[in-house]
Amino acid sequence: MEGKKGIFSFLIFVVITFGFPWMLTNDYYLSILILSGITAIGVVGLNLLLGYAGQISIGHAAFFGISAYTSAILTTNYGLSVGTGIFSGIALSSVVAVIIGIPALKLKALSLAMATLGFGLIVYIFLNETITLTGGPSGFVGIPRFNILGYDFYSDLAYYYLVAIILTFVIIISLNIINSRAGRALKAIHSSENAAMVMGINVARFKLFVFVLSAVFAATAGGLYAHYLSFVAPSSFDFHFSIKLIVMAVLGGMSSVWGGVIGALFLTSMPEFLRIYEELETILYGLILILCMMFMPQGIVGGIGKLSGFVMGMFSRGGGRNE
Amino acid sequence: MDLGSFLQYLISGLTIGSTYGLTALGFTIIFNATRVINFAQGEFVMMGGMLSVFFLSAMGAGLFPAIVLAVTCTTLAGVVMERLVIRPVQGANVINIILITIGVSIFIRGLVMLFLGKDTFALPPFMGTESLNFFGATIIPQSLWILTITMFVLVGLRIFFNKTIFGKAMLACSFEQKAAHLVGISVDRMVMLSFAISALVGSIGGVILAPITMTSYDVGILLGLKGFAACILGGLGNPFGAAAGGLIIGVLEALGAGYISSAFKDAFAFIILLAILFVKPSGIFGKAEIERV
Repeated sequence: MEGKKGIFSFLIFVVITFGFPWMLTNDYYLSILILSGITAIGVVGLNLLLGYAGQISIGHAAFFGISAYTSAILTTNYGLSVGTGIFSGIALSSVVAVIIGIPALKLKALSLAMATLGFGLIVYIFLNETITLTGGPSGFVGIPRFNILGYDFYSDLAYYYLVAIILTFVIIISLNIINSRAGRALKAIHSSENAAMVMGINVARFKLFVFVLSAVFAATAGGLYAHYLSFVAPSSFDFHFSIKLIVMAVLGGMSSVWGGVIGALFLTSMPEFLRIYEELETILYGLILILCMMFMPQGIVGGIGKLSGFVMGMFSRGGGRNE
Repeated sequence: MDLGSFLQYLISGLTIGSTYGLTALGFTIIFNATRVINFAQGEFVMMGGMLSVFFLSAMGAGLFPAIVLAVTCTTLAGVVMERLVIRPVQGANVINIILITIGVSIFIRGLVMLFLGKDTFALPPFMGTESLNFFGATIIPQSLWILTITMFVLVGLRIFFNKTIFGKAMLACSFEQKAAHLVGISVDRMVMLSFAISALVGSIGGVILAPITMTSYDVGILLGLKGFAACILGGLGNPFGAAAGGLIIGVLEALGAGYISSAFKDAFAFIILLAILFVKPSGIFGKAEIERV
């Protein structure tokens, strides 16, 4: 975390996340916030991959799914502790990420999109069809609620703070990576792989690093998801969810860690508010996506940045007009 | 492995693969003109089938007029899409444009669901219901229709791209837009034409398949994904590679379903696809990319 602006944004995030939700009296809003926070953990990771390293993945839902199911099966069928379950889930996801990442990351743009898409579909079909292990399309029930060191996170408020703390850690890790040697290497790879290679950057290693890191974040989110809802179904980790994660990253703003958080919050809560329009829900959702991408190509964070730049410019009388 | 069942799998694979191939062709034509993958391509395929059902049952038109109407409407939808959401964002980030096309696909799916409902419909077969016996395999007449129409579309496109002035202009745009612009080709109009042609080809793919597999508002998703897989497999940018890729995926799927497990048939096609991509990243018929620094 460097610069006044970075610390300022971070403080605003901490104050809003930790200082305000205990006032919420409505459990429904709280559960939306929890799900947004869980998703945000995954999106921040995907943003590092997509926004910073410029590598697309349309299969990140698979890492959520692998981890959620691993932890669910180990804790429910084999009686392992939730902590062990989640760590096994994360470990398995990262191993899979390495196996897929090494050949896939050699591919360029649309081929990489196809490879990750195919990977996601294969995992989805596997979750659907290995019925004796996963329960198949109807899902896996009776997963224990998250608990650690004898403390059960039964209340939603407690779970909210758990998610908030983990999200904060994920954000701190991401901000530090961006401002480190690795972050600069990733940005260099994004602008030109050849140039980066000439500068002596080990392109394959850094791409794999950020791919596995984003898988670890997604897997963390998957574990938290399973032990929050105590129910998982393959349809939660399908192609649409992978697309949704990308939309969250782009809509929030790809060039900022905060974009992932804002995108996740926006896109997790929006369908809940659109629900009152019933049949029009899908149409409105598509329309909002089209309009946002057409008129806010830099995402919400970019839009806010433009707006605040404009306001600042008005106050400083032309001084800040040209950035 | 007896010949009869092998032939049976092969024929059903070629039948479904034809639609994958036509979908893939649609992807390729738009990709060549714009360097963008149009994720609404699957919805064009869905519209072909669904609108035919609609014009046939609700409007009481005959089968043939209903199909012509459906294909025309879908083609118009492609043109409208290009004009409203693609042309205004020319030069934007590729991923933004891809997300716009995903938005369009969600929007179209929502519209069809709203007006035509969530039910599954079947279109009557085009002509003839009596199955033929071919070395122990049963061929339904619709399969022959599908294969014949697909052949006609392929030959038609080949002639269009090689012989007509519009086709050649589109090819020129796909090689180098600036140069095409300099020799007086309206790139905008060619991009619009590419959307029209891929909507046309996609909807034909949807119409011919609808009597066999039934159709509903959400069939476009999986067909679109298979079509995308087919054009990557055949080598992105190569129209006839895309069509071949579609047939290959269809056949692999049918063989996998027949000999290994029908539950994993979709996974089977994608596993092969990954394996091929990892060995030959440019696809089966793609030329190895030589990168300019």
